[in-house]
Amino acid sequence: MNYQDLAITVTQLNNYIKEKIANDEFLKEIFIKGEISNFKHHYTGHLYFTLKDENCLVKCIMFKTYAQKLKFEPKDGAKVIIYGNVSVFERDGVYQIYAKIMEEDGIGSLYKEYEELKLKLEQEGLFKVEHKQKIPKLPKIVGVLTSQTGSVIRDIINVGTRRDPKVRIRLYPVPVQGEGAAIKIAEGIRYMNTNKLADVLIIARGGGSIEDLWPFNEEIVAREIYNSQIPIISAVGHETDFTIADFVADLRAPTPSAGAELAIPDREEIKQNINITKNRLKVALNKKIEMEKLRYQKCMASSIFKDPTRLFQDEYYRLDKNIKDLEKYIKNKKQEKESRFIEIIAKLDTLSPLKTLTRGYSLVEKSGKIIKNKKELKKDDIIDIRFSDGKQKVKVI
Amino acid sequence: MSEINKFEKNMENLEKIVAELEKGDLNLEESVAKFEEGMNLSKQCSKMLEDAEKRITILLKEGEEDFSVE
Repeated sequence: MNYQDLAITVTQLNNYIKEKIANDEFLKEIFIKGEISNFKHHYTGHLYFTLKDENCLVKCIMFKTYAQKLKFEPKDGAKVIIYGNVSVFERDGVYQIYAKIMEEDGIGSLYKEYEELKLKLEQEGLFKVEHKQKIPKLPKIVGVLTSQTGSVIRDIINVGTRRDPKVRIRLYPVPVQGEGAAIKIAEGIRYMNTNKLADVLIIARGGGSIEDLWPFNEEIVAREIYNSQIPIISAVGHETDFTIADFVADLRAPTPSAGAELAIPDREEIKQNINITKNRLKVALNKKIEMEKLRYQKCMASSIFKDPTRLFQDEYYRLDKNIKDLEKYIKNKKQEKESRFIEIIAKLDTLSPLKTLTRGYSLVEKSGKIIKNKKELKKDDIIDIRFSDGKQKVKVI
Repeated sequence: MSEINKFEKNMENLEKIVAELEKGDLNLEESVAKFEEGMNLSKQCSKMLEDAEKRITILLKEGEEDFSVE
């Protein structure tokens, strides 16, 4: 037997083992838990680290595509659960875990609990929009349930008093994490309600891990929020944290400071709004008056009012015309009669003997009767001789 | 007539009368009667407008005073 013929290369070995492992159903999809050590965030975006327990360790790599989807910052000492597969890195002859998903260990059960409770309460109708109360516009007293120490209450006081210097902030101190915190928070909500100590309540806590925020995911708190007569603003954790309290509350604030802003209106802003509304009212009213005035002026500008005589012009015209007609008629009648008179006079004139008298003729009358023949006269008759300038009595010889 | 829309009623009547008179179909007695009514209405409307304006001016002056938000 020739050993030389039997010998394989290292590459062949590593290839072989790689094939073996790749074909193993179990190693294709594994969940493995352990503690991170030797963690390196490579500049390429890939994560390199070692996963270990008390006795052993194994190399792990998480490529950038998967690393981007991590919901937490992995670091040395962190207990994690990894989903991935096992493969061989041929060059170095090592097997390692290629991680696809990584979660903090211990969180899983909490997430499950959270999802279950969320579903249950949602089905019960605790998140219903119709149940949500309106946040008062100008609360006199704002109740705050949070830790007596720490920045949260300071932030709320700062933001709140800056917006409304007259607002009263009433703190009901509660532990905001750890065992028993949920009960205290629930008690606080009930206490504020029974004694009517606030117009609106802010339940607040700064950011933290899911365990830290846990009291706000507990059923007892959720139910107390739901039963509260005082409107509640939930201001727990950071913008990305959604607790059960957020869903039940009448309003969710992304952060405690935002909670203060939502609960306490800006006094200056309200003043401005009132002023704006007042101005709008003024403008609207003035516009209405101007419109009615125009309408009125339009009426009064009608020729009816400007020159009312126009109304009677036609009548005047008719009257004038009648008068003129009448005058004309009378004139005509008069003229007619006048011309006839003149005609008659002229006729009379030509027939008159008086004209003849002026030419030297005389007229002889006896007892008013004109004497035309000599025979009509006898001796001693007294007759009248008519000249143009008068009569003369004469005796016939 | 309710006080609330007296102005509106008056204005409507006034406008109607003006339109009628402008059309000129009425006889003399009717015209005079309508004209008289129109003049009365116009006086009332004018007074109501003036009153409204005065009241607004007063209200606006009162509104100028500062207020505080309680």
